[in-house]
Parts: sequence; C-alpha cells; structure tokens
Amino acid sequence: MEAFGLLLHGFAVLLTWKTLLLMMVGLVLGIFVGVLPGLGGPNGVAILLPLTFTMDPTSAIVMLSCIYWGALFGGAITSILFNIPGEAWSVATTFDGYPMAQQGRAAEALTAAFTSSFIGSLVAVLLITFLAPMISSFALKFGPPEFFAVYLLTFCSFVGLGREAKHKTVISMSLGLLLAGVGMDTVSGQLRMTFGSAELLRGINFLVAVIGLFGISEILLTMEERLALRGHAASISLRVVLSVWKDLPKYWVTLLRSSVIGCWLGITPGGAIAASFMGYNLAKRFAKDPESFGKGRIEGVFAPETAAHASGTAALLPMLALGIPGSGTAAILLGGLMVWGLNPGPLLFVEHKDFVWGLIASMYLGNVVGLVLVLTTVPIFASILRVPFAAVAPMIVVSCAIGAYAIQNAMFDIWLMLGFGVVGYVFKKIGIPLAPFTLALVLGSRAEDAFRLSMIGSGGDMKVFWSNGLVGTITTLAIVLLFWPVIDRAFAGVARLVRPAKA
Amino acid sequence: MSNTELEIVVDDPTAPEENSPAVVRTGVVDVVVSLLLLALALVLGWDNWRTGASWDSTGPQPGYFPFYLSVILGAASLYGLGAAFVSRREAAETFVTRAQFRRVLAVFVPTFLFCLATQYLGLYVASFLLIAGFMRLVGKIALWKSLLTAFVFTAAMFVTFDIAFDVIMPKGPLEAAFGY
Repeated sequence: MEAFGLLLHGFAVLLTWKTLLLMMVGLVLGIFVGVLPGLGGPNGVAILLPLTFTMDPTSAIVMLSCIYWGALFGGAITSILFNIPGEAWSVATTFDGYPMAQQGRAAEALTAAFTSSFIGSLVAVLLITFLAPMISSFALKFGPPEFFAVYLLTFCSFVGLGREAKHKTVISMSLGLLLAGVGMDTVSGQLRMTFGSAELLRGINFLVAVIGLFGISEILLTMEERLALRGHAASISLRVVLSVWKDLPKYWVTLLRSSVIGCWLGITPGGAIAASFMGYNLAKRFAKDPESFGKGRIEGVFAPETAAHASGTAALLPMLALGIPGSGTAAILLGGLMVWGLNPGPLLFVEHKDFVWGLIASMYLGNVVGLVLVLTTVPIFASILRVPFAAVAPMIVVSCAIGAYAIQNAMFDIWLMLGFGVVGYVFKKIGIPLAPFTLALVLGSRAEDAFRLSMIGSGGDMKVFWSNGLVGTITTLAIVLLFWPVIDRAFAGVARLVRPAKA
Repeated sequence: MSNTELEIVVDDPTAPEENSPAVVRTGVVDVVVSLLLLALALVLGWDNWRTGASWDSTGPQPGYFPFYLSVILGAASLYGLGAAFVSRREAAETFVTRAQFRRVLAVFVPTFLFCLATQYLGLYVASFLLIAGFMRLVGKIALWKSLLTAFVFTAAMFVTFDIAFDVIMPKGPLEAAFGY
C-alpha cells in the first residue's frame, strides 16, 4: 500500500503542463525513430539524450523514457506494414503481422500489436511499482562483495544465456570493461591506458561509444542494404480497435504467459529478443492448430509483442533498484541518470523519491498516451518512410555528432564516435554482440570499485565472495550461469541415457 | 477502415546490384579483427602491468583489474582466431560486396569530412555542407530542396541546442562574424 501512496505522489509530480508536453514530444520523437530505418530505441535515446542535459532530472528521464516507449510502438508499424523489423525483437511480430497486412487486416494487426505492447508494459510497470521498493530496501543491506557478485551474475548470465558465440560475448564484455577503465583511476588517481594522450585523461564516455556503435554503424549498415520498400498503407478506425479489444479476453492465457516470460527475461538479462521469440514459440506450441501460425494469426502478434514490451519495461527494474541495467536501452538511461548527478541503485529510492516515483508514474501515463497516439497517427508515421534516406542519413549523422560533442564539450569525442561507428559496423557484421559491450562500459568502473573494496576488506581473500549465504548464493549462481551451456548439455546427455533405461 | 489496397512504395534507384563481386570474405575479417583485438589485449596488458598489476599495502594496484581483463580479452581473441580458421561456413560468407562497399564509403567519407569540417568551420556550417552535399550528390535530390532542407535543419538545431537548451556547440569563423 505504501507503494500506491508513493505512486500517487509520483503522478502529482508528473502532472504539470511542462512534463506532459515533454512526454508528448518524447513519444512523437520515439515513434519517429522507431519507424525510421536505421534507428531504434537505444539509438534514439542515445542520440536525443543531449536534448535533456539542461532539464531537471525528472523531466529529462520522463522525456527519455517516452522516447523509448514511442520507439517500441513505432517498431511494430514497419514490422507489420513493411515486413521490416526495426529491431531484432520485432522479427517475431513479422511472422503473422505481415501476412495479416497482406490479407487486408493491417489495421487489426496494428491494433493487436499496440494493445499487446501496452498490456506487456503495464504488467511490467505494475511489477516495478510493487517490487522495486522491496528489492531496493533489501539491496540496502548489500556491501561491496554482494554488489560485485550481482555484477558478476549480470556478466555471467550474458555469456551463459546469450545466443551469440560465447567467445564473442566475452570479447565484447572484456573490451567494454577495459575501455571503462581508461583514464584516471578513481581510487589511486594514477593514469591508466592513456598512453600520454591528454584527451584520454577524461576516459571514454560510454554515451559517445554508444552513439557511434549504434547510431553511426546503423547508418552504414542501412546504407549498405537495398532501401526499396514496398508495404501496405493502413489507417485504424474506432470500429477495428473496439472489435480487437472485444476479443482480448479470448487471448488472456497468451497475454498472461507472454507477460510473465517478458518480465522474467527483462529482469534477468535475457532480453526482449529472447522474450519475443519465446512468447511466440510457446503460443504456437500450446495452440490447438499450430500450423495456422505464420499465416496471419492474431495470437502470433499478441504473443511476441506482449513479451518484448514486458521485457523492455521490466529491464528498468534492476536498473532502478540495483543500478544494474537489464538491457542496452536501460544502460543508456542509466548513463543519463549519472549525467544528471543521480546514482542509480537502492539509495535512489530513499534520496530521490520524487524522481523515482515521477518516472514510474510516467511509465503508466506514457503508455496510455502512447497507445492513443499510435492508434490515431499510424498513416502519418508510416508515410515517414517516403522521405528519401539520402535526406535522413546526414541528419542522423549530425544529430549523433551533436550528441557526442555535448556530453563533454570535446571535439575528440566526435572523432571517437566515428571510430566506434566503424567498430560497431564490423562487430555487427561478424556477430560480436554490442549489448554486453555497452553494459560492461556502463558498469565497468562500478564493478571494479566493488571488487577492489571487497578485496581490500578481505585482505585479498577471494573467499569473501562466499562469506555469507547471500553473496555465496549469488556468486555460485553466477558461475552456474556462466557454464550453463555445458551444464545444460550434461543434463541433456544424462536424460538421454536415462530414457532408454526407463523404456 | 483499413484501406490496405493502397501501397507505399519507396524505390531506391541507387540500390546495390545483387551480383556484385565480394570485396572481402567474413572469415578474413574475423581473422583480422581477432588479430587486432589480440594486439590490443597485449598493449593494454603491458600498460597495466607497467602501471602495477599486483598487490601493495593498500590493496590491488590500479592495473590489477584491467590486467586480468586484458588476459581474458587476449584468450578470447586467440580462441576467436582459431575458430575463424576452423569455420568453413563463415570463411565462405561475403562480408561486403563491391557495390555495398561503395555505398558504405558514400556515407563514411562525407561523415569523415564532416568531422574534419566541424573542427575548422564549426558544427553548423559543417552540418549545412554535409546535408546539402549528401542530398545533392548521393541522393540526386534537386539543388533547391537540398539547400533548403540543410538550411532549415541546421537552423533548427542551432535554435534548439545553442539558444533554447543552452548546449553550446563548436563554432567557426562564420558564427564569429555574427558575434557567436
């Protein structure tokens, strides 16, 4: 009940004309970046972050999170109308969404996508509302070993549960952690990995890296591909919306299952991609006629969209409560918090109540406003794709440069952004994942500080990570997750051996 | 009502040809990237060893944590190098075709020149030149449309960042002539 009262306080903080206006601007910008080929949630948030530098933290995070919601909604438009998944998590939406559009049911598919996005996000926001304060008060008992164990768990689960080649995830993560250490050592004041360069004294700002890795590299990749689009135009009428909503109770099991999957994979760093595919596959597996999936079945839109959005939203829970982002976008938002002088983690709930509850309230309001906005403006946003890419690409490049420069007012950062753009292009093409890199770059110095403090406290004894039940459980779980593929294979092998014996 | 009989069609007259020859194979890039990462791991490992990668009276030295990360990066890169040599499938895949590479350069070179111009002419002049030039030369869009779009976008950025949000961008001689 305390959470409910605090949430009401959050709405009170939020309901000012200025904040509501920023929310609308954020949503429109978000849908815009979601629809544009070559951009998406993390890129949009990273590029538009400098717009918020001079705002107060609450207004800034409200605008940024609305850009995120908007981008999530916008991605469905291109997936369904053009068969172009703007983000990897929209791939599963195209399986049934595009066939529906081809059958003349584009409006129905879009309504289903937006509504299920809304439901997925709403479930995750409810979870955040009631769980985040509990987790953060629990996390107040954490010391450096517990924090390092949680960071280790995050890193290990990325390696163990990620779909990419393990060594490539390790490369991405260790590179990110290394680059996070460039510059002045916060403990001793000694310079590390600067090689005499005055520019590297400041270190490598992760936002500069993110803008290059996501923004510039996407432009290079998009330009490389064929940009001829052929899709369906659609407008949504109230009649279609009401008819889809009327049928919603029929799909409650799919919606609930996908929400649970999404929330689970959002909190653990499984991610929205895994959630959307798992949501889709389970809906298909439990369906009476699984062969109808892929041919324009509305459940095939409900399931992945609900799961992806529940996951994307739930990823903010560990970021707010523990200071550990569950996704790439959450990592960028976390960087934003640091820029505004806020320290994400358990103390945030104690020291900045207005900010936290304003943000949580904005998640509710942003989703409602976003749903209404996308349902009414689909044709306008779909027509954005008519703008020639030759006009959009240089504008994105300029926006990226402005973003990179504004962070530290350094020309060097614009060059660094370009360098990271090339690195991102090559990494994406050879399958080195960028999300672990971003996460490591954000968490690197915190993880190192936690490790060093733990080591100093224990006099260098590694047993500190098993010194009590809590830290021991988390560290053991981290190791289990790191070797999960091996353990999983071993279990499968044992099961194969046992099965014939039973038979 | 859904009017799906209408189609949105955006054609790309400069789309890369499907049958363009490969510039480089993915396997080659994999090997080169693994070698570069290995070299980076060695350089960073050496630098951290030099900074101090052991223990002193105050605890782990500044290079301790990054040194072991360099070791992990080096080991993963070595594994990647071995995997790239073994994997026949990746070795045969095309990393980029000649037509695609030409298009990537068509973005990369102007972006590089834009960064250079920003350093000497300021961000807004460089932005104007990039947008107008890119639209006209790469997109083959009418000159007046290119110039107008570039001017409107650059002016909007100036008003948004320098004036409304007080985020000061690098300036050049033109802005100096107007007193900025």
